[in-house]
Amino acid sequence: MQPTHRSSRILLPAKTWFAYLSLLVALALSYIPTGLTPGVPDWVALVLAFWSIREPLRVGMGAGFLFGVLVDIGHGAAMGQYALAYVVLCYLASAVSRRVLWFGPMQQALQMFPLLLLTQVIMVIVRVLAGAEFPGWWYFLSSLTSAALWVPLNYLLLLPQYQPVDRDDNRPI
Amino acid sequence: MSLAGHPSPPIFRQGPTPLVRLLVLVSVCLAMLVADLKFRYLEVVRQALSVATWPLQMAAAAPADLVRNAAVYFGTLVEVQKDNSALRGRELEAAQRLLRFDQLEEENRRLRGLLGMGASVAARSVAAEILYDAPDPFDRKVILNRGSQQGVEAGMAVVNEQGMIGQVTRVYPVQAEVTLLTDKDQAVPVQVARNGLRGVLAGAGQGRLELRFTLSGADVRVGDRLVTSGLDGLFLAGLPVADVVSVDRDAQTFAVIVCEPVAGVERTTQVLLLGRAEPPPPRPAPVPEPEPRKGRKG
Repeated sequence: MQPTHRSSRILLPAKTWFAYLSLLVALALSYIPTGLTPGVPDWVALVLAFWSIREPLRVGMGAGFLFGVLVDIGHGAAMGQYALAYVVLCYLASAVSRRVLWFGPMQQALQMFPLLLLTQVIMVIVRVLAGAEFPGWWYFLSSLTSAALWVPLNYLLLLPQYQPVDRDDNRPI
Repeated sequence: MSLAGHPSPPIFRQGPTPLVRLLVLVSVCLAMLVADLKFRYLEVVRQALSVATWPLQMAAAAPADLVRNAAVYFGTLVEVQKDNSALRGRELEAAQRLLRFDQLEEENRRLRGLLGMGASVAARSVAAEILYDAPDPFDRKVILNRGSQQGVEAGMAVVNEQGMIGQVTRVYPVQAEVTLLTDKDQAVPVQVARNGLRGVLAGAGQGRLELRFTLSGADVRVGDRLVTSGLDGLFLAGLPVADVVSVDRDAQTFAVIVCEPVAGVERTTQVLLLGRAEPPPPRPAPVPEPEPRKGRKG
C-alpha cells in the first residue's frame, strides 16, 4: 500500500499487533485525568479512524465497540455511549477510506473533522435524550483539536511501514 | 453465497456485510445504554471490566499525580508557615467548641435515656481528597482518592467544612466516584431547618438546586436553611445542604423553589465522607389493608 493512492512509494504491510498496540496507547492517553478541560483530543477515536481508513479489514467496528466500552468504563460514562459513537465512526471511516486515501494528510484532516464531530454529536444526543445536561458548545472543540492532530498522527503511525526491509542503494522503489 | 448458488471461495468470505455488522453493534450499544441508564443493570459488568482497565488507568494517572505532588513540593516555606499559623488559630477556636460539644453530647445521651428514646445514630467517617473531575462532561462528578479498601461505601454523604457537597455513587478499590449535588440526577431528602418541612432537593443545572414537589402554600421563605432529614436511611440528619434563593408560588400546584448549595460544591479539595456506623433498621413490613390515618403531608 502507498502512503496515499497518488504516491508512487510502496509501504511495508501494516502489522496487526502494531495497530492494536497504538490503540492501547491511545486508550492510556484518554485515561489521563484532564477533568473538564475543553479541547482535549479524543485519542481513541483518532487512532480508530486512522486504522479503519488504512486497514478496514483488520481494525473495524468490532475494535470500535471493544475500545468504546473500555473508554466508557474508564471515563465513568454511560455503558455503550462511546461504544455506539466509535462503531458508527469506524463504519463511516471504512466506508470513505477509498476516497479519503486519494488526498494528502492535510486534506484528509479536513475530511476527518466532520466524522469526529459526528462522533461527539451522537454522544450528546444519546446523553441529552437520557436526561443529562447539555455540556456546552466548548465540548465540540475536542473534534477540532483531534482533526488538527491528524497530520502528525498520520506520520507517526505510518512510520514503521516506511522502514525499508533491507537497506539497498540500488533498490528501484 | 454467490449469485449462481455456489458458495463463494474462501478468499472472498469476509463475514456479514459492514452494514449488517453496523446494525448489530448499534443495537447492542443501544441495549447497553438502556440497561445502564434506565435500569442500572450493568454495574457488575462495569466493576468486573474496571479491574482490567485498572493498571492502564493507574499508569495514566501517574503523570497527573506527579504534577500535583510537584506543586506541593515546590510550595514555598513562607506559604506553609502562614498556612500553619492560620490552622493553629482555627484549631484553637475549634477546640473550645469541641469541648462544649463533648459535654453536650453526653448531656444529649442522658436526656435521651431519660426520655426512653434510642441513641442517635453514630457516624462513621473517612477523610478523602478530590483528585479530579470525572472526564464525562454530561454529569457533575468528581473522583476521590479513597475507595472500598479504606472503608468507603456507596451512598455515603460527602461534606466539607461548610456543608454537604454530594454523595458517593460508585466505589472502586482505591477510588470512589462522587455525584455532586448540582448533578441533575442527584436527589437529597432535606427539611427546612426553621420548621422541619420535608422535601426533596435535586440539581437544576448552572450550579443551582431545586426543592421539588413542595406545595405552593408551603411555608418556605427566601433565606431558609435546608438540612438533610436523614429519612433515607443513608445520610445523617442535620447536615447543612442549601439556602433558599427564590420562591415562585405562581406555578400550578408546586412552588418553584431555587436554592444555592451552602458549601462551594465545585471548588473544594478536602472532604469528609460520612456514613452511618450501623445499617438503618429494616423498614416495617407493608400493612395489607389501606390505612386511612397515614399522613401524607410535607
